[in-house]
Amino acid sequence: MTEIPEHLRKRAEAARKKAEEAKAGAGADDAAAAGSSDAGDTGAGATSAGDSKIPAHLLERSRAAKARKAGGAEASEGEGGGVATIAPPGGAVATAGPPPAATGPGGHTQRLLTVVKSGSIQDVKATPVDKVHVWPHLLAIELLASLVMTVFLLIFSIFVNAPLLELANPNSTPNPSKAPWYFLGLQELLTMFHPMVAGVTVPGMGIFLLILAPYMDKNPSNKPEDRKFAISLFTLFLMFWAVLVIVGSFFRGEGFNFNPPWSGGLFFDL
Amino acid sequence: MQPKGKSRMTELTESVQGSQAWNSIFRPGSVFRKGYSDSPRNRSYVIMNSVLYHLHPVKVKRHAVKVSYTLCLGGLSFFLFILLTVTGIFLMFFYRPTSANAWSDIYTLQTSVTFGLLVRNMHRWAAHLMVLTVFLHMARVFYHGAYKPPREFNWVIGVILLTLTLLLSFTGYLLPWDQLALWAVTVGTNMMGYTPVFGQQVRFVLLGGKVIGTDTLLRWYVLHVLFVPFVTVIFLAIHFWRVRKDGGISGPL
Repeated sequence: MTEIPEHLRKRAEAARKKAEEAKAGAGADDAAAAGSSDAGDTGAGATSAGDSKIPAHLLERSRAAKARKAGGAEASEGEGGGVATIAPPGGAVATAGPPPAATGPGGHTQRLLTVVKSGSIQDVKATPVDKVHVWPHLLAIELLASLVMTVFLLIFSIFVNAPLLELANPNSTPNPSKAPWYFLGLQELLTMFHPMVAGVTVPGMGIFLLILAPYMDKNPSNKPEDRKFAISLFTLFLMFWAVLVIVGSFFRGEGFNFNPPWSGGLFFDL
Repeated sequence: MQPKGKSRMTELTESVQGSQAWNSIFRPGSVFRKGYSDSPRNRSYVIMNSVLYHLHPVKVKRHAVKVSYTLCLGGLSFFLFILLTVTGIFLMFFYRPTSANAWSDIYTLQTSVTFGLLVRNMHRWAAHLMVLTVFLHMARVFYHGAYKPPREFNWVIGVILLTLTLLLSFTGYLLPWDQLALWAVTVGTNMMGYTPVFGQQVRFVLLGGKVIGTDTLLRWYVLHVLFVPFVTVIFLAIHFWRVRKDGGISGPL
């Protein structure tokens, strides 16, 4: 059971006391039930307009029901507890009104204590996410992937040896001299541009643009159909480097001149 | 005799698994613990009580375990990094970074050391493969829009890790000290010499001199086996940590 906050408890007590006073004032009335319903009415009258958070249409409905009851009050006695009564002063949170002295025609006691808007007390989580246990669902896949990778590397390494050319000799420049394959795109650019552009400006700008990408792309969607421009641009970016690296790796021969591998042979070491 | 031996075996297993020493080693959720069963509670314990596995959360979104979503590229990049560390440590036992010894050490490693050639091959191919997987991982992340808020900064970390991967590979390229290494690095560092304003200084610091020599070799060796891996591990830690802090893997599309 949750604890009732001090200020709410005090407020409820005050409301109860007030209701009892009203009841005592209306002591002349013959039926206690009618008295209690009167007390409820006065309480409601005091709050209904300004500070209540109860939606207007509910207030309206309750008022209409009360009017209807007032019309037939003389005829049917003790109907007071049976209709929706509005919460006493301070309405937002549940407060205990005067205890109903009588029950309705069906023997039920129904009172509208308060209307609490969703989210005002309890933060309702967004849609629940479908989740699975990491063990075994993810770890099994990771284990399998790492095993496949290890086996592939092992077998590849058994059959293909890493190159080890003759001892380094600063006085004999091989023809062609090629950078590692991932820099061959830059070396390819070197044939077209000034070294500062090819070796510094272009790769620098490339990395700079990559870093800025998430801050330039303001499109919140991650659906491919909403991101045609971003996807095309990035594909162009990837293709640009891929083509440069492939040309630099396989289509450049002696003197870094154009040399198709099928006619001039391959000048490429990993 | 058979049943008796069997019961003695189970008795021994019981007593070992029930011992204080055993239970102090294997935390709750370990499959080696007595009475391990496949329950949601134990599945959670497996992750929470393992120093390696707790890189992961206990649960992930269902779409995240689909191989077709990630193609395992990020995980494989990390796995290759570990593999390269292990094989690299092995190679370090047989290598001296001086121009007089480097090449012949590699040669001896290949011809006289048990599994030397194999391990060197694995190190080389894993290195090339890692450049590729890191690159493809970046492409995968872009095509899934996974760099969008709140993951922008993790993308930036990723770009840094890509350049670190290239640096790791490039610094290792010189170490065999053969013609391929020397001239590939010459071409590469000549390009860096064209950096505006302080290009020649950059080149001098990188080479430890005007031309590539023993000083360069030592410098790049330390960069390759210690400095760059050290920095990479720090960025890897931030990268993985941010994946979880940013709400796990992105998607679904």
